[in-house]
Amino acid sequence: MPSLKDLRLRITSVKSTRKITSAMKMVAASKLRRAQSAAEQARPYAVRMERMLGNLAGSMAGQSGAPRLLAGTGRDDVHLLVVITSDRGLCGGFNGSIVRSTRLLVSDLQRAGKTVKLVTVGRKGRDQLKRDLGRLFIETYEGIGRKGVSFAEANDITAKIAALFDAGEFDVCTVIYNRFKSAISQEVTRQQLVPFPVPEVTAGAEEQATKALYEYEPSEEAILADLLPRNLAVQIFRALLESSASEQGARMTAMDNATRNAGDMLNALTIRYNRSRQAQITKELIEIISGAEAL
Amino acid sequence: MAEKVEFELVSPERLLVSEPVEMVVVPGTEGDFGALPHHAPMITTVRPGVIDIYQDGKVTDRIFVAGGFAEVTETRVTVLAEEATKVAELDPAEVNSRLKAAEQSVEEADGDAARNEARRGLLVAQAMRVALDAALPLH
Repeated sequence: MPSLKDLRLRITSVKSTRKITSAMKMVAASKLRRAQSAAEQARPYAVRMERMLGNLAGSMAGQSGAPRLLAGTGRDDVHLLVVITSDRGLCGGFNGSIVRSTRLLVSDLQRAGKTVKLVTVGRKGRDQLKRDLGRLFIETYEGIGRKGVSFAEANDITAKIAALFDAGEFDVCTVIYNRFKSAISQEVTRQQLVPFPVPEVTAGAEEQATKALYEYEPSEEAILADLLPRNLAVQIFRALLESSASEQGARMTAMDNATRNAGDMLNALTIRYNRSRQAQITKELIEIISGAEAL
Repeated sequence: MAEKVEFELVSPERLLVSEPVEMVVVPGTEGDFGALPHHAPMITTVRPGVIDIYQDGKVTDRIFVAGGFAEVTETRVTVLAEEATKVAELDPAEVNSRLKAAEQSVEEADGDAARNEARRGLLVAQAMRVALDAALPLH
């Protein structure tokens, strides 16, 4: 049985923990709003780029000499995985689920006799994967999106990936990240970046009519050669944005739960404290009364 | 009312402009082109330069873009810009320092890839300077 003083100490410590978690929840909620609107604002660009790429790829289809980023290297031996996690913890299963999914994919690929290479974004993913998969790392990034994800950061990562691809370091590139579904649910997503899966053009009547009639300036190949690396950057940027929105959502939920748990614990502790205080008073009274009776 | 063309300017971070305009002049890689309604459909790359938006026969807005892509259809012009700023909002001091930094990085770059990258940056900064110089008499 803990003494009254112990109980009092525990109550104070749970109280301050609750203060911290509820503050973190508020912070995550406001960051979530920002991250979500950033993700939404980036959407038009991605949508239009997809449309343009769909048009181009459609007209290039079946022709030889398509750029390698689109067509691939023709092999499937070396896989590059880009794993996007957060820099900070205290966000529930956010990083854990990504890490689990990565481990699964890596062991699947290795069993199939493929070589796997890893690029990690975010400190948590790096730390958790380092123990068993550390020798597969070729690059790690940290501090991405600390002040909101900027396109320049996505560009840095893309430049690295493009350089690796040009050097023939990998054949297939997949990015693993948490896709933002809602503030309380995220979905681990694996998306193939290289070779780029041609988006289905779901064009309206207007596009259908003009599709075959586009003029290209300079040539289709030249535009495509410019557009594909650009698209790679956009896809990475999108993954980073989704991931940062998901992170805040996950943290908000985790901290909400923690705050609620702390509240429950506080109630239980307070009841215990009051009971034992009362018990002690009763005991003291009995002692005094029986002492007086004895005289 | 004269027919208008739907103009959209998007950067990776957000949608900057989306409005019907009378004409828009885009700096294509192989020369500037003006897009009016019923322009022949085309897709082109864009070099660093200034996009002019025309309303009622006058330039109403000038926007600097650091390269990108443009898609033109009969009713719509879409520009995907790498970076876009209104010319009026360009800060001369910042442009100058960017130009200087770009020049320096061209000198310091080693390896072909890095040098090409630095040259591109320099081209963007130079185009910015030109856009600014052209704009100054207006203000």
